[in-house]
Amino acid sequence: MMDELDRKIINDLQAGFPLTEQPYAEVAARHGITESELLSRLQQLLDNKTLSRFGPMYDAEKLGGAFTLAAMQVPEQDFDKVAEVVNSYAEVAHNYQRDHQFNMWYVLATETPDQINLVNRDIEKRTGLKVFSMPKLTEYYIGLQLPV
Amino acid sequence: MKVRNRRPDLPVSSHVKLDKQDKALITLIQAGLPLSSTPYTDLGHDLGMTEREVIERLKHLMQDNIIKRFGVVVRHHELGYRSNAMTVWNVPDEQVSELGHCIGQFDFVTLSYRRPRRLPDWPYNLFTMIHGQNRGHVLKNIQFLIERCNLDRVEHQVLFSTRRFKQRGAIYHPFNKGLSDDPQTAG
Repeated sequence: MMDELDRKIINDLQAGFPLTEQPYAEVAARHGITESELLSRLQQLLDNKTLSRFGPMYDAEKLGGAFTLAAMQVPEQDFDKVAEVVNSYAEVAHNYQRDHQFNMWYVLATETPDQINLVNRDIEKRTGLKVFSMPKLTEYYIGLQLPV
Repeated sequence: MKVRNRRPDLPVSSHVKLDKQDKALITLIQAGLPLSSTPYTDLGHDLGMTEREVIERLKHLMQDNIIKRFGVVVRHHELGYRSNAMTVWNVPDEQVSELGHCIGQFDFVTLSYRRPRRLPDWPYNLFTMIHGQNRGHVLKNIQFLIERCNLDRVEHQVLFSTRRFKQRGAIYHPFNKGLSDDPQTAG
């Protein structure tokens, strides 16, 4: 399992990789270990799925995509059936059940804004339920850096 | 409690122009930074670029905020962050920016976004995501936000997730249909 040094390394590298010729050597030196020990620890954290990814987080909107967060109020007894419909779309990036009257929350990712509307209208037609689409207007913070 | 520096308001981005090399670099690096002694040299080798050029292009992509963060991404669930709450606030329009920043400065907050109200059903316009070890922790942190950002008179709701489907999905864009991003960041 993860030891204290793994935690320190993860917290350090969540903030970013150095943009230098030998970034891992630089990080290893900060933690008093050799570059090869750092690399083998990182490989292990990837192998045991502690780390999901090891690279950049993009602003996908700038790369030309369109996104929205959409919510639905699904009657309890229909939830699984509706989830199956929503999850069947390749454009649905993820979908969460939440304990609220608005109990289904999914993120749509498409190539163009028009496709966002098309998918949402299609989901409404197939489920008979209203979709509330709430695209991001302003971002104040995004990080997903969690102290471990 | 760790506090972050205030960031500028970021409106929803418009499409930016990237050249062929930027696109090739983005496509290649989404698999991850190579675990080798000289990862940027290795990337450059595959792209026909010098190490210097790879680093310069990455710097520009970060300055333009096309790359929002270039580091490791943890699986929060596997690390014991088993509770996630979307807290939504009904904030007067003229205060959204101030409160969105106030909330976003604390290290337990992973997202802070403004979204449109959908009246009359949905009056909430500020969305905050908090991950925590358990519901008690998360609720304590929400209480902390209420005190520190003077939100006691702001109507809010806490929506804990109870199930998740399709945790990671494809994100589409014109030059690489398979580009995957952390889905938590999308939308």
